[in-house]
Amino acid sequence: MDRIIGLRVALVLVVLGIAWPSSAQFDITGSYNALFHEDQPERIPGPALGDYLGLPINESARAFAEAWDASRLTVPEHQCRAHSSPYILRGPLNMRIWDERDRETQQVVAIHLDISNFQQRRTVWMDGRPHPSTNAEHTWMGFSTGRWDGDTLVVTTTHIKQMWHRRNGVPQSDRVTLTERFTLHGTVMNYVTITDDPVYLTEPLVKTTNMLRNPRPLPPQQLLYPCTAVVELADQPRGAVPHYLPGQNPFLKEFGAELNLPEAATRGGAATMYPEFQNALSAR
Amino acid sequence: MREVIRPTPQETRVRGTIQPSNALATRAATAENGRVTLSDHRALPERFRSWTAAVLLIAFGVAPIVLAQTPNMETLPVRGQVSLVSAGGLNVLVQVGSQGVLVVDTMTEPLADALLAAVRTLAGSRPIRYVVNTHAHPEFTGGNLRVAAAGAQLVAGNFAGQVGQSAVEGVVPQAFVVAHENVLRAMSAPTGSQPPTPFGAWPTDTFFQREKTLYFNGEGIQLLHVPAASTDGDMLVFFRSSDVIAAGDIYSTLGYPRIDVRRGGSVNGVIEGLNTLIDMAISEQFTEGGTRIVPGRGRISDEFDVVEYRDMVTIVRDRVDAMIKKGLTLDQVTAARPTLDWEPRYGSTSGAWTTATFVEAVYRSLLPARKGQ
Repeated sequence: MDRIIGLRVALVLVVLGIAWPSSAQFDITGSYNALFHEDQPERIPGPALGDYLGLPINESARAFAEAWDASRLTVPEHQCRAHSSPYILRGPLNMRIWDERDRETQQVVAIHLDISNFQQRRTVWMDGRPHPSTNAEHTWMGFSTGRWDGDTLVVTTTHIKQMWHRRNGVPQSDRVTLTERFTLHGTVMNYVTITDDPVYLTEPLVKTTNMLRNPRPLPPQQLLYPCTAVVELADQPRGAVPHYLPGQNPFLKEFGAELNLPEAATRGGAATMYPEFQNALSAR
Repeated sequence: MREVIRPTPQETRVRGTIQPSNALATRAATAENGRVTLSDHRALPERFRSWTAAVLLIAFGVAPIVLAQTPNMETLPVRGQVSLVSAGGLNVLVQVGSQGVLVVDTMTEPLADALLAAVRTLAGSRPIRYVVNTHAHPEFTGGNLRVAAAGAQLVAGNFAGQVGQSAVEGVVPQAFVVAHENVLRAMSAPTGSQPPTPFGAWPTDTFFQREKTLYFNGEGIQLLHVPAASTDGDMLVFFRSSDVIAAGDIYSTLGYPRIDVRRGGSVNGVIEGLNTLIDMAISEQFTEGGTRIVPGRGRISDEFDVVEYRDMVTIVRDRVDAMIKKGLTLDQVTAARPTLDWEPRYGSTSGAWTTATFVEAVYRSLLPARKGQ
């Protein structure tokens, strides 16, 4: 009897094994919209100046952010800058995902993402090609390759342009490596980013975001985001770079004062990511 | 005092360019590493010479040795007719077309043979017609002698000779070496003095205006002088149809800009050069793509990469200037770490160009302006 049960189990496993691809894949193609939770204040209105809470930044990143002046975005060459791939899916997002298949073998060659935020397009190569040379150019979206980890699409991206980890001047260097995990649970896509930045972070920065699969295709205008730079300040000289000299940024303490937070917390650093940091504050 | 460059007794002047005498020409031609026999074949048809060279290389097993000794010389297409050759962080741009080859900068002397091999990979047997130097630093002009000697220039008009590869008696058919006249000053020396570089490496075609233009391989090429930048002889090389700009040492993705104050460089000149690059570049969309800008050191870039770099140099300049106005000494300025924000990205504590040398260069290049106020 045990032998018969064993054979039946084996038969079921064989049938399942045949029916399921040997390297697991999951169909994540479709249209998606952003879901906002407790992260809405940072993702839509934007973070306060001087708020580096929970970011594992080093002293160089902090110095960069404290010198940053939002007026820099008035400079024509800064106006149309896009978010880079570690940040862009956190925006007010409409997104379409589709796959590209080899005509003869029907193997997935690439997975494409059309992103409404700054009208960016990403290509995730699934055909095992290597990443480009270090001498190759960098782009907002970078160069991505993907693999399946069970039902999760894991994407590795390099060759990303310099941008920001937080939209208040905290810099992201052009030497980041971004690891993303796309997992679809029913109609909710759980999206995890793990950003390694050897220039400005002392530990990987991990973020999670949810998106909702939209059964209706997005109309074209929901994926458009044109930008044309204009002169915003008539008397702004050529080559202007608005910034604060060290110690002269008047806005850095507003955030902490408003929420009654100690400066040691608002200035960020890896320690501020962990619950134990509360104990450290209490001990002060 | 203005230096006067005169031909030495071994030199003769031909149509405004300095050319070596026959004896010197023979030495220069035969000095091409491992290619002694090729110089004797210059009068032969180009295709025949190439075949002869190939047969000789294979017959004597030279090719595998050359390949084994070749440093990691990488070639990448940039855009249009322009490709990048890169080794050890140093970049050369190569424009290839029906009229021949134009090479921007020549790396160092030890890399010259590998560079020539890379150019041959890109261009086949097409002759190198022009070498263009963005400035005089030896990492960018060290291969001039060999690269120029491996090429040939068309000369006609009232001097109907040296057409193609056919040498006129007493004249080496080499590529023109184009640079700002201050590059020639830096590489040469007044008569009787010992020049820092060999004669055959010197620019043969110089200019002193803000701009010089060429039309080669079907596209206009603008050579824009940027005064007092990395040196006093910097220029940007803009391939207008290919939409590619060679930035020389004004822009780098590997470190802070190298400002040679002794040779007339200044931080304000570098910033002006970076702003000129931003003015010239046209992005495709969202400040990305479009015009490609290739630094003398580092990776292929576009406008926004230069914008971030310009921001960095400008902010450092402003900080150092503010500290000078407060009366801080160089040691005090260095101790204040005006480059803190970018130290993990561009900084260095060892090598030829450290964070400290950059800060010193910024400080010293701002001091005269302050004194003059």
